Amino acid sequence: MTSGVLLTGAGGWLFVVLAVFALMSAVAVVVARNPVHSALFLLLSFVLVAAIFILQQAEFVGAVQMLVYAGGIMVLFLFVVMLVNPGVVAVGKAFQTQFDVALVMLPIFLLPFLYILGTEKLPDVAVKPDALRMIGDRVAGNTEAVSWVLFRDYLVPFEVASVFLLVAMIGAVVLGRRSLEKMD
Amino acid sequence: MRNLLWAIPLVPLIGFLINGVVYLLSHRTKGAAHGHGHGSGAGSDAHTAATAPDVSPDTGHDPGHHDIPFKGLHTIVGVGSALIACLLAFGAVFDIGLKAFTEGASHSMTLWRWIPLGINQAVGQIPGAVGDWYVDVTLRVDSLSALMLLFVTFVGFLIHVYSSGYMGHEEGYGRFFAYLNLFMFAMLVLVLGGNFLMLFVGWEGVGLCSYLLIGYYYEKKFAADAGKKAFVVNRIGDFGFILGIFAVFALFGSLDFQKVFAAAAANPAAYTPYMTVLCLLLFVGACGKSAQFPLYVWLPDAMAGPTPVSALIHAATMVTAGVYMVARCNVFFRMAPHAMIVVAVVGAFTALFAATIGLMQNDIKKVLAYSTVSQLGYMFLACGVGAFTEGMFHVTTHAFFKACLFLGAGSVIHAMGGEQDIRRMGGLAKKIPRTYWTFFIATLTISGVPFLAAFFSKDAIKAAVFHAEFEAVPWLPKVLYAVALFTAGLTAFYMFRLLSLTFWGKFRGTAEQESHVHESPASMTVPLMVLAFLSIVSGYVGVPIIEHGDRIGEFLRPIRLPIAGLNEKGPHESLSLELALMAAAVAVASIGIYLAWSWYTKGEGRTPARLAEQWPGVYRAVTNKYFVDEAYDKVFVNGLALGGGRFLWEVDATVIDLIPNGAAAVTKGASWVASIFDQYVVDGLVNGVAGTLQGLFRVFRRAQTGRVQNYALVMGGGLFCLVAVYLLFR
Amino acid sequence: MTITLNHYMIVSFLLFSIGFMGVLVRRNFLTILMSVELMLNAVNLNLIAFSRRLSDLTGQVFSIFVITIAAGEAAIGLALTISFFRQRRTLDVEEANTMQG
Repeated sequence: MTSGVLLTGAGGWLFVVLAVFALMSAVAVVVARNPVHSALFLLLSFVLVAAIFILQQAEFVGAVQMLVYAGGIMVLFLFVVMLVNPGVVAVGKAFQTQFDVALVMLPIFLLPFLYILGTEKLPDVAVKPDALRMIGDRVAGNTEAVSWVLFRDYLVPFEVASVFLLVAMIGAVVLGRRSLEKMD
Repeated sequence: MRNLLWAIPLVPLIGFLINGVVYLLSHRTKGAAHGHGHGSGAGSDAHTAATAPDVSPDTGHDPGHHDIPFKGLHTIVGVGSALIACLLAFGAVFDIGLKAFTEGASHSMTLWRWIPLGINQAVGQIPGAVGDWYVDVTLRVDSLSALMLLFVTFVGFLIHVYSSGYMGHEEGYGRFFAYLNLFMFAMLVLVLGGNFLMLFVGWEGVGLCSYLLIGYYYEKKFAADAGKKAFVVNRIGDFGFILGIFAVFALFGSLDFQKVFAAAAANPAAYTPYMTVLCLLLFVGACGKSAQFPLYVWLPDAMAGPTPVSALIHAATMVTAGVYMVARCNVFFRMAPHAMIVVAVVGAFTALFAATIGLMQNDIKKVLAYSTVSQLGYMFLACGVGAFTEGMFHVTTHAFFKACLFLGAGSVIHAMGGEQDIRRMGGLAKKIPRTYWTFFIATLTISGVPFLAAFFSKDAIKAAVFHAEFEAVPWLPKVLYAVALFTAGLTAFYMFRLLSLTFWGKFRGTAEQESHVHESPASMTVPLMVLAFLSIVSGYVGVPIIEHGDRIGEFLRPIRLPIAGLNEKGPHESLSLELALMAAAVAVASIGIYLAWSWYTKGEGRTPARLAEQWPGVYRAVTNKYFVDEAYDKVFVNGLALGGGRFLWEVDATVIDLIPNGAAAVTKGASWVASIFDQYVVDGLVNGVAGTLQGLFRVFRRAQTGRVQNYALVMGGGLFCLVAVYLLFR
Repeated sequence: MTITLNHYMIVSFLLFSIGFMGVLVRRNFLTILMSVELMLNAVNLNLIAFSRRLSDLTGQVFSIFVITIAAGEAAIGLALTISFFRQRRTLDVEEANTMQG
């Protein structure tokens, strides 16, 4: 496949450690019976993935990941987990009846991935060292570079995303409201 | 020592003659010989439903049975001749030296001229014919036949030892050893043959011995029928093979391997147009002998023979003769890419097909029989993608672990007093520990557990399939790889199902059987242990990636003559990809093992029972072996053979009585047709449409489970299909 | 230790499969939503790795949008959870089977 090297030496080992822990905490998210445990492990995996982002010179995205995911979405999750009485939720079977089937499907899904890994060819250009911080020829910071691209080339998607967030907010309010007819 | 090649087949032949004569003389006064002993249990022949528990435990001890006359003599001659042949074989091979073989050495010995045609002119107008148009009786050993020689004689010897214990109470003991020796003779002629005709002589000989040994219990009808079936189906394959041999003789003017392959490799352009047909004819022969679809049907029925026969002939040696022949003719096949595609597809299909049938079988020997068919499919798949050495590697490891499994099954049957139905076994692990541990090791091997023998051989095949390239159908190798991977998972699953139902859990037999369960004598357990040991270590001759780890590949390399002008790819060296493929195989095997344990040991069979209720059509089809035997029976047996006779009789009757009957018949017929039309066509159309739609709806409604996660799973599957299609047809 | 794009792709694939298995297999509504977040995270990881490899900021910008959408989707999902819980007093997804048949 490609020959571009992304990290070497100590950085490489750091990536290995972070990746292994991130995968382990992801498995814990899926396996834990208590949703509070799942939420906390998910939080851990977010933090580890943010660290991996920063390793790849994506400081802005890393920071956004921490703020939005760890700081916003996880708080929402924990709110809801606590709102729904944990005692009600923890009983009963944890895994679906299609467990066996899903387990069999898993290596089947593996096959296209192996195929791609074996046959894909990216253009054989080297990784430019500071490309993710540059605006034109000037070396600025990653945040400034991202905003330069975001607000010039991707302005329309940006606006659309804001409208989406507005719609989501309204939708969440409507869905979460007690309906007037039914008693709970 | 190498000059004693002629002695290697001769010694078992002498053993056959001695044993045969002594047996005939000692049984002259006895009338019909009785065949007691280990009952050949659940012989569900093609006509009975496969789930009929046709297992009658035959305790095998005739109260007051006589001593077997000349038992000692038969044993010494029988086992001794096998031992001597083995020692001679090893001596000859090591005399020439393994290293010499790796460099392409070979040693031939011509005994006499058999067919001295000697036509000197170019009889056909085929260019490049090199022949001298005669055929000798030649014995030849090169690296490929050396490999076969070593494990055939060694496994053969072990099975002879085992048989002395297993068949120890049989009245026909001498007859058995005579036939077994005859078989060794024929197999050794096959392996040592230096030309196509010698190969064919051995080929026919092993077919004959297979018939004799399957029908050993000739008084039982299904055993005799199974013997006939094996011989007839084999004959169909042999027909193609003979035509192939004729073609070789016509094209090359000689049948000698050395001359023919050298000529083909040196001048491919002259021969390539004929190669596809030639290879397909040869492959038909291989399908018959090695039980590939559609000529596999004789092998499961062959389990009616005694278990050592199943181990020797139908697992380790005879059925691999087809693979041996294809590997021997690799020069031809490499010049016929379309034939290779056929070989690979048939092999892969057979592997998958047989594995699915093996999932549902309840007779311990039948599971192993279908497993053998499936593994043979793997070997042909390897040959079809050009990986002849990997195919032969698997032949070798398979001989060891499959023989171990069959002999272990024999030991179990012996312990259970003739019972072969695994639904009535269970919990035998503690009671017959030596049998259990060897069987367990062999099961681990066949499932592809890392660092045991079959892990290396199966992985070598899978890697070769993954990297293969077919010009005509570029997407095929990846599909074949997926089939091979899935079949590996199925293999792990059904083998562990067998293990669970036989050895783990609670004992499900009768109290009387339980009191008789005992470990087998040393003559049976020692071969088991030797074979189990070989099942572990024999993989290390083919370790990939490591420098010089692939000794067996290097050893067999000389038989792959370079073909002038044909560019073939070298091996791939991508380490991470090899590891990824190995990891995929291990993952698939682990899932198979886990599911088998979970369903059959932990769950005690509830999940499979539930699935059988939910999908009764599928369950019935698989359990009844997809009704292939029934179809053959209808079409060929009843249809062509018997039906042909009946048809002719009918023609005779109607021709004679044509005039008076004709007029009446026509009138009756016309009115009948009209009524039928109204009843079936018109009404049938209306009802049929409605019924079909109802049936369809009933099927489709089951997809509306109402569970979102089921929908998600199906969506995942659909996404996978889309991605696969996109990737394959980009 | 030399890390190439392949390693990132493998980690991202594994994270994605773990998340996907979680979606298919767990019965608790909230755990399913968390698994979806895992899948989105895996996609982000892939995007960032490719962005670095091809020296193109587009990957990072796309990542930001993915995070945005994830936030919106989490909000709606959680609102649905609360609504579901109020109706059925349980978070077991097996109970949501009125569309059966």
